[in-house]
Amino acid sequence: MASFKPTKIQVYPKLGEKVTQDTLYWKNYKAPVQIKEFGAITNIDFSPVAPHNFAVTAFTRVHIYGPFSQEPVKTFTRFKDTAYSGRFRSDGQLLVAGCEDSMVRLFDVGGKVALRMFKGHTKAVHVTDFTSDGYQILTGSDDYTCRLWDIPNATELNTYQEHTDYIRCGVTSKLNRDLFITGSYDHTLKMFDARLDKSVMTMDHGHPVENLLLYPSEGLLVSAGGRYVKVWDLLKGGQPLVSLKNHHKTVTCLSLGSNGQRLLSASLDRHVKVYNTTNYKVVHNFDYAASILSLGLAPDDESIVVGMTNGILSVKHKKSPEESKETSGQQRRKPSYRVFVKGKNYVPKQDDYLVSKPVKQHLAKYDKQLKRFNVSKALDTALETWIRRRKPEITVAVIKELDRRGTLKNALAGRDEQSLFQLLNFLIGNLVDPRFAPVLVTTAEMILDIYRSVIGQSPVVDRQLLRLQDLLEREIDYQKDLLEVLGMLDTMFASSIPRKEVPCSGISRSNGLGQGEASTSRPQLQAT
Amino acid sequence: MVEHGDIRVVHRGGSKINFREPVITNDSKFLLCASGECVKVFSTSTEECLHDLRGHTDLVTGVIIKPSNHLQAYSCSADGTVRLWDFTDGILIKTYVIGHPIYSIHASASHEGVVFVVTSMHADKRPDLLQLVAVHLPRSGDQMVEARELSAVLSDVSSNPLAIAFGRGGEFIASAKGLQLEVYIFRKQKAYRFFLKEDNKKGGRNTFTCVACHPKDDCIATGHEDGKIRLWRNFNQKKEYTYSTLHWHHSAVSSLCFTPEGTNLLSGGIESVLVQWRYNQEDQREFLPRLGAAITHIAVSPDGSLFFTSHSDNKITIIQSCLKVSAAIQGLVKGENVTTDLMMDPRSKSLVLNGKPGHLQFYSLQRDKLLYNLDVVQQEYIHESGLQQFEVVKAAFDASGTWLATVEERKQKGAEVELNLKLWEFDEQTQSFVLNTTISAPHEAQITDMCFCHSTDNQTTMLVSTSKDGHFKAWQLDAQAHTEADERPSWSCDFVGAYHSLVPECCCFSADGSLLAVSFQEVVTVWSTASWELLTTLSQPPKAIRNLCFGRLSCSKYLLGTTGNNLLCCWNLLTCSLEWSTSMDVSLLLADPISENMAAFCRQAGSTDLFVFKPSEPRPLFSQKAVCPGKVTRAIFAPREEMLESCEESSQWLNRSQLYFLTQHMDLMTFTTKVEEDRLMASSKQLVIDDSVAMTPFYLLLGKHRQQDSRDAQSISAERTPLPQGSVAIKELLQTPAHVLPSTSFLCSMFVQSLLISVTDPREEDKATEEEMESEKEEEDSEEEMESGTTRPEQAPLGRQAAESAAPALTKAQVRELRRVKKLDRSWFAGLLDS
Repeated sequence: MASFKPTKIQVYPKLGEKVTQDTLYWKNYKAPVQIKEFGAITNIDFSPVAPHNFAVTAFTRVHIYGPFSQEPVKTFTRFKDTAYSGRFRSDGQLLVAGCEDSMVRLFDVGGKVALRMFKGHTKAVHVTDFTSDGYQILTGSDDYTCRLWDIPNATELNTYQEHTDYIRCGVTSKLNRDLFITGSYDHTLKMFDARLDKSVMTMDHGHPVENLLLYPSEGLLVSAGGRYVKVWDLLKGGQPLVSLKNHHKTVTCLSLGSNGQRLLSASLDRHVKVYNTTNYKVVHNFDYAASILSLGLAPDDESIVVGMTNGILSVKHKKSPEESKETSGQQRRKPSYRVFVKGKNYVPKQDDYLVSKPVKQHLAKYDKQLKRFNVSKALDTALETWIRRRKPEITVAVIKELDRRGTLKNALAGRDEQSLFQLLNFLIGNLVDPRFAPVLVTTAEMILDIYRSVIGQSPVVDRQLLRLQDLLEREIDYQKDLLEVLGMLDTMFASSIPRKEVPCSGISRSNGLGQGEASTSRPQLQAT
Repeated sequence: MVEHGDIRVVHRGGSKINFREPVITNDSKFLLCASGECVKVFSTSTEECLHDLRGHTDLVTGVIIKPSNHLQAYSCSADGTVRLWDFTDGILIKTYVIGHPIYSIHASASHEGVVFVVTSMHADKRPDLLQLVAVHLPRSGDQMVEARELSAVLSDVSSNPLAIAFGRGGEFIASAKGLQLEVYIFRKQKAYRFFLKEDNKKGGRNTFTCVACHPKDDCIATGHEDGKIRLWRNFNQKKEYTYSTLHWHHSAVSSLCFTPEGTNLLSGGIESVLVQWRYNQEDQREFLPRLGAAITHIAVSPDGSLFFTSHSDNKITIIQSCLKVSAAIQGLVKGENVTTDLMMDPRSKSLVLNGKPGHLQFYSLQRDKLLYNLDVVQQEYIHESGLQQFEVVKAAFDASGTWLATVEERKQKGAEVELNLKLWEFDEQTQSFVLNTTISAPHEAQITDMCFCHSTDNQTTMLVSTSKDGHFKAWQLDAQAHTEADERPSWSCDFVGAYHSLVPECCCFSADGSLLAVSFQEVVTVWSTASWELLTTLSQPPKAIRNLCFGRLSCSKYLLGTTGNNLLCCWNLLTCSLEWSTSMDVSLLLADPISENMAAFCRQAGSTDLFVFKPSEPRPLFSQKAVCPGKVTRAIFAPREEMLESCEESSQWLNRSQLYFLTQHMDLMTFTTKVEEDRLMASSKQLVIDDSVAMTPFYLLLGKHRQQDSRDAQSISAERTPLPQGSVAIKELLQTPAHVLPSTSFLCSMFVQSLLISVTDPREEDKATEEEMESEKEEEDSEEEMESGTTRPEQAPLGRQAAESAAPALTKAQVRELRRVKKLDRSWFAGLLDS
């Protein structure tokens, strides 16, 4: 006697994102720690030396946070106005920050009072950075100039006046102490050599430049401005390499992760996107609550720090290996696991006589009803609220099974107002789903056939039927529109693609559908 | 024409065992089934077929145990004879010639020397009018007896044997036909007839389907077309008869049976549920659901401990009286048609075809036994007629047998076809196929053909399916796509091809897998599997291509095709030109996978001819006219387990593989050579059956082996005949009660020694044969049961001798101990054996 075969629930392919190695990697972070700052967070900079504290510039302060503390370990408050661009020197001892009041202040990380003040700019200074030797400071300001300062005697070394708009970003080369690059709202990126008085290279980004990033090898430069992220090859004289347009608002910040393997971009559209730096495809996406102004990534991706316009600083720490293992273990272990396993791992001795117990087959509720041929009850159980809402595929599978048994009509018939309402509700929710449509359309037709005579007797059912009608009319309109678009596309493709250049094998490898025409258009080679 | 005197077409396997009700012997050890032209004897404990009772020349239509002697059985056949058999030894005792085709046979204990047969006496006048006739079997010593003493009992009876039953040990006989129940009471010599109305109000059909009589009570149970069971009482009066109705079955009751004590009534039908009704308390019923297929017959063993149901899928289920299935005897399932082609499983070398609904069956041709059913559809089968359900329509194996592809199909009224393509991977651990990928709706219309790429060196496996929607698709296992370790590789579509929106019919891969040939009506397109380029087209107008086949091995450059206008074409792919073509109406063309040979079945004047040829040679290797009547559409080359060494030219093609084919009437036939038949005969002679023990493989292994009579025969089959001393030693070892045996370490070496073939001088062997002959003679004249003790004095010294020669390590004392132990108590054990 064969046992009852349960109803097969069709597994539909998931339409969402695929689980890749990257998604696993970037999801392996703890819940974010959220810290409220006084104003919009404009800059986040990680100290290059362990323990990798990070400086957060927000409103009139620069806070330094330790890697795991929720309170700032240090705060610099001696700014008269909004501070900008607090950055560490490569030894992590000094910190420089610009200010709205055009002053540039240099702090010792251990002290409180500014060590040096650099005066000279006439407008707000948004860019500050140390050169690679650590003795000079680069600043860029809204007065269209960028300047080099000598730290020991706090004097201005050089001024460059080539930009024609605000300078809002800049980087210094880590390999050459004389090279630095600035980006401005005049859409250009300029590379300067401190040994010369003018720029050595100019690149046109096409949009106001918001952020710049040099690869560790310094052969490639990444710029962000407008909705675009562009990569430039410096070794080929500033030739544009890639232009990425994955955000739908201005990209504000860039960062490199995983030792230069991944590029992160943050935008006002509240997303952080992770790109693969070999093919520049988006491999992961983070969502945040507000527009993002600044982004920082600790070495080895230990933490992701994001500053937002609403003054919230979000710090995500990576899970330690034990933690990530533990969570997966917890998922596997159900509360009653021990009870289940009790006695099951007992190995019988050699001379033991084994009395086998018949394995009880567990059946779902609807299967139990189907086994007893209670078709109406089976449909009722499959229409229970949580199944209907959460797992419509189960309901559809039961309906399909009833149809296969030829008893769907019996199951649908003889329902009262309440259950008919439920049934129609389910249909309205799922009828236009392309996965379920073939099954549910026949069901809907059957329901209309069966209950035609009672239309007009119950206002509740009538209302549902009208909704169903509306839904169908809308769907038909959509389909018509889609067909029109398809027709238009077809004509466009047909006119744009020259017939002879159809690569027969090339396309067919990519996806198996719709290439039949390509091969049929090939001339018949030879007939014997 | 090549001479082929030694090649014959024979029936092989796949016999039907559910044609008539199985008959159980009084000791419940054997089961007799009418099966084609013979009667098969099965053991109920091991489900093995013990022997075939062969002798009838037409379909066997009924079997019954002789009421006066429970070791003999009657069988009747459409050839007009009733034969009496000793079924334990498989010997034909007598043949009674009736002279008219017989449809069923009945007998009861109270009618000594009389059997009742259903036959058409007036064959020339009204062939559909059948009569129940009492045949007085003449007592005579002859083998062949003509039974002329016939007397009609009832006229106009049903040809269905289930519609006739004896009641109360033969006091009356009940017969039903159409809407009429007729009861004939022998004592009164009077028949009573009861009629039912054609249709009752609810539209149920009242036609009788089967009859069963209560063994102790005056009660007749009848089954009806509409699923009702009526229990008739008081039927020995014309007017005051009564009946009560039981209703559970939703469609016709096909079989009814009372248990021997009359406490329960068993019924079964299409629902494949065995229903047990309590007699006189009919509201108490028990069910045994999901027996697999519609129940056609029900039988109960005389002691009531076992029930036997035979099913429409050629199966007999053995059920204990507590309604628990204990075993099943399964034959080859043959539905109305074989939708999947015949295939060979490369691993188990078994024949694979679609069996019961939604399953693929694996059938061992060598053992004539169903190995297992693979559930392809994996859905609950609803036993109801007129319901459209999923059917397995196509299946294909890859070269190594690791992958199996199946297509299931469900046609709906007014809706499009539902299709599923499933790919199964062979699992080494469970030794069965495990579902790997399900592709729902692989094509928009029915799939016409499907084949795997048969090259062995290729890393990636490829499957091609052609469909009526005008496309062919190539499916490939993508190994690189799986990222996680626990996710196994799955199949996906690699290429979709079409040609001028014609419908592809067949597809075929070349032997090395580099070329794919797809026939689009009258055009054959050849594609490169590496780049999916259309390489060339071959066409032979004006009719569509029906079969397509690449040559193998040295002939792999040839592509053969048959067209609708009776043409067999052979193209050479090196020159892309037609090599030769010949005009014949080929219904099936197939290639031997392990040689260059190809077989073509041609239809000619109502029968089928076979040609076996090599594509490179103009002369056929073998041809036979009129292989079977009707059209052959399914055939398969099955590789042999051991090669034949035939050197005759005409039978060389059968050396490495065997050709099986299915006739129009779904009979599985094959070609055999003389050499093979000789070998079969030689091996079957060795088996002697002890009547007290069921013959099982284990028994055969340990049982007595008859020596070959002639010396030369012995020399041929020397390696297969274990030495008699060895088996005796084992027998002694096994017959001794376990608790009195010495420890195993003593016995081990002796046991192993006894299994080895020792070199013995012919003189000693002579003696052994003499002894064997003697015991044989004794066995043969043992009508009276022989005590096993009488033979023991002869055997015991022999066993001792063997033990001594085999195990010199045993000391004298130990041997003596062993002997004493052996002598101790064996009698009770022997008694157990004999009982």
